[in-house]
Amino acid sequence: MAALQSLRLPAKLTDRLSTGWLNFAVLFLILLPLVIGVGLVIKSLPLLEQASTWKMLSSAEFSPQQGHFGFYAFIMGSALVTLLSFVLSAPVCLLAAIYLTEYSPAWLTQTMYFVIDVLAGIPSVVYGVWGVLVVVPLLAGYVAPALGLSTTGYCLLSGGVVLAIMAVPYMLNMLMEVFRSVPVELKEASLSLGATYWETIKWVVLRKGITGIIAALSLGISKALGETIAVLMVVGNVAKVPKSVFDAAYPLPALIANNYGDMMSVPLYDSALMFAALLLFVIILVFNSITNVLLSRVKEV
Amino acid sequence: MSASYPIPGNKIRLTESFDAGFLEEPSFKAGSLDADGQIEQSISTPQQNAYSTNDQKAPAILSIKNFNVQAAGSTILKNINLEIPKGKITVLLGPSGCGKTTLLKCLNRLSDLHPSLKVNGKILIDGEDIFHPTQDLTKIRQKMGLLSQRPFPLPMSIYKNIAYGLKIKGIRDKKVIKEKVEKHLKDVGLWEEVKDRLHGPAARLSIGQQQRLCLARGLAVGPEIILADEPTSALDPISSRKIEEEFLRLKEDYTLIVVTHILRQARRLADHIVFMYFGEVIEQGTPDEIFNHPKSDILKQYLQSGH
Repeated sequence: MAALQSLRLPAKLTDRLSTGWLNFAVLFLILLPLVIGVGLVIKSLPLLEQASTWKMLSSAEFSPQQGHFGFYAFIMGSALVTLLSFVLSAPVCLLAAIYLTEYSPAWLTQTMYFVIDVLAGIPSVVYGVWGVLVVVPLLAGYVAPALGLSTTGYCLLSGGVVLAIMAVPYMLNMLMEVFRSVPVELKEASLSLGATYWETIKWVVLRKGITGIIAALSLGISKALGETIAVLMVVGNVAKVPKSVFDAAYPLPALIANNYGDMMSVPLYDSALMFAALLLFVIILVFNSITNVLLSRVKEV
Repeated sequence: MSASYPIPGNKIRLTESFDAGFLEEPSFKAGSLDADGQIEQSISTPQQNAYSTNDQKAPAILSIKNFNVQAAGSTILKNINLEIPKGKITVLLGPSGCGKTTLLKCLNRLSDLHPSLKVNGKILIDGEDIFHPTQDLTKIRQKMGLLSQRPFPLPMSIYKNIAYGLKIKGIRDKKVIKEKVEKHLKDVGLWEEVKDRLHGPAARLSIGQQQRLCLARGLAVGPEIILADEPTSALDPISSRKIEEEFLRLKEDYTLIVVTHILRQARRLADHIVFMYFGEVIEQGTPDEIFNHPKSDILKQYLQSGH
């Protein structure tokens, strides 16, 4: 026993070592996005030197063989499919989270936690397959004809639906945590002033949880922006700006995933894909900055 | 100032001050809380008679009849029968976990938030059963202001905290709201401290200020009764004192039910004390009866360990 004791490092040294490790870990995490960003910039430099950045962002013409690299269609593809998935999933998640935390019986809430865990654990390729087998034929065979339109089913709306369903477990789980963390005494205070339960939720619970709600919704958006494989399988992948939700789209992650490794003989193609990745990176960076500003605006209540 | 507006609070105020004047000995009103001694003196002198007769005569604003609460098979409140006298401070006294808070929350049916609680029996306010299925809950709750253990200001500005209850009541007139906000902030002695930052967040106030804001918020909806659940347990002595002073002033116009486990506080505030232990009412009476002539052994023990 005594021998074992003497083998131990002195407390002060252990302390310094562990502090060192912690600092290193934090530094690593801070540097990681920076390194990725710098790497992407360096890799896309060949293209950036050839063509004007503004033209690449604003032009929708993408024909690598002719040396035209316009990313507008891809940016719009990413933005629209994300927006669509947000519009489809956010209200559902918000209302479901309110119901599950404020109204539903305990057994239902417990069951939903289980369902959420299962949904979150399903690999995205499975969602993609499900989209191909169910959503695409449904849209092509029933929804579009009912509206007097025709579509292959591989379209913006399919991507939006699949993405929306994939975002649900993340958003719902976080929103439920937000509502559960609102102290019951706060609800009691509102109720005891004669507010109904719904008024209490509307004016007090939502107001109290607003920062958490924004964070949860932005997590859902980030997830949708970056999701690749499931979207790629159902969205059609045509490099044109979609005019309706039944048109095919081509989001940035799908562009990279579909083409990286192929056609590398085309000049600047490699660099163009890296620029696409850089664009995605910047979009997410800007989006998160906006969220942060928004959060700091509403924080103090 | 607010006399020109037909709000329920005013009506109640008039009738209650009439009752109070009619029933209470003038000497009682003279007893303020400036010093403990003064109050204890007023308790042990002729008040004795006044109290015991008062207790029988004072009209009950709340009647609790054969009230039981169970949760998951265990009994939380057992056969409670109480009459809460109007225009008085009734103190629910007892050790932690004896059901005081549960009883208090049943009075304005916050017990509804916990579906696992099984309630039976009656609580009558102005002759109406609070637990009757067709009861308009919001009306019942507006008859009672609640002050909880820790202040929970609503997540909005100081001004809106008080305006909230008014808006819930359907008062839309900005001028009326503004006047009432000012009036009730003055009522709790907070106006001078906050008048320059009415639109700042309520969460920035000190905890003692927050508790007074919560009181003002409750008063704004014009209740008849104020329910206070250990309202000073999170406060420093000075803030506690302010709340207690406020209570003694408020009983001119309102009926107060205060939950506490602090004997000295009960002594300072109470007109009527209900001693509870493990979900039962063990003994009730005037402060003199409870503190100087306890009958049950449990109360005697509690008084001893509390001193």
